[in-house]
Amino acid sequence: MPELGKYAVAVLGSYGVTVALLALIVLVSLKRARKVRASLDEVERWSGKNG
Amino acid sequence: MSLWEYANPVKFIRTTDKVLPWIWTFAVVALVVGLVWGFFFTPDDFRQGSTVKIIYIHVPSALMAINAWLMMLVASLVWIVRRHHVSALAARAAAPVGAVMTLIALATGAFWGQPMWGTWWAWDPRLTSFLILFLFYLGYMALWEAIEDDDTAADLTSILCLVGSVFAILSRYAVNFWNQGLHQGATLSLDKEENISDVFWFPLLVCIAGFVLLFIALVFLRTQTEIRARRTRALLAREGQV
Repeated sequence: MPELGKYAVAVLGSYGVTVALLALIVLVSLKRARKVRASLDEVERWSGKNG
Repeated sequence: MSLWEYANPVKFIRTTDKVLPWIWTFAVVALVVGLVWGFFFTPDDFRQGSTVKIIYIHVPSALMAINAWLMMLVASLVWIVRRHHVSALAARAAAPVGAVMTLIALATGAFWGQPMWGTWWAWDPRLTSFLILFLFYLGYMALWEAIEDDDTAADLTSILCLVGSVFAILSRYAVNFWNQGLHQGATLSLDKEENISDVFWFPLLVCIAGFVLLFIALVFLRTQTEIRARRTRALLAREGQV
């Protein structure tokens, strides 16, 4: 760990917020991608059976 | 081969499916290498001390905040002129990513500003134009959600995107237009021979590459999702389910 001195809160806070926000947008995007894909597969199967 | 081939949703999904694993891989490698290099293996600045390490996240996120909106502008113009659905959906997909980049730039700027300027926030031209850009991102996303008809939503959000572009450009050039603010001039410029010392410059370049690749990966993934969601709605409407 580098010596951050009196600026430790500023530096660690910045990196913490950044990692948290990037992780959030990646996880939300992946989760929604999976959900929408599954939903489309189901509708296509249902639509194929009835069409 | 024409670029317009990718306006076909099936072609877009097939092509991006092939390249996405590579883009994700390069994005993660560049981000890990750049951030570890910048955080652990660069010296403190003689004036800013260890807060100089914030540059590796603040500059790339600010760069992407502006460029994400410019990408949305191009995609919106393509929608307005050529009516390609994929371009409207790509603009929609990019907005939350751009909003997150703007929020990161604002938050890391505040963390840096507190010890360096003695304040978390100032109504400085660049900071204020960035805040307005963030509000435009929120308004843009809200407008997409508020309108049920996809084409109407694409039309209206495209117009909003054109208006918001003024603030994306202002965010970039605010320090040149008004020099009474606290924010220093651009860290990076193609006009200068040397921007910052090489010891900070090289890890910063790797971080910028990481942020750009992450943005591309997220936009491709989210555009695929928007295409699939739209197809689901179309199928349900055809079957009389909605």
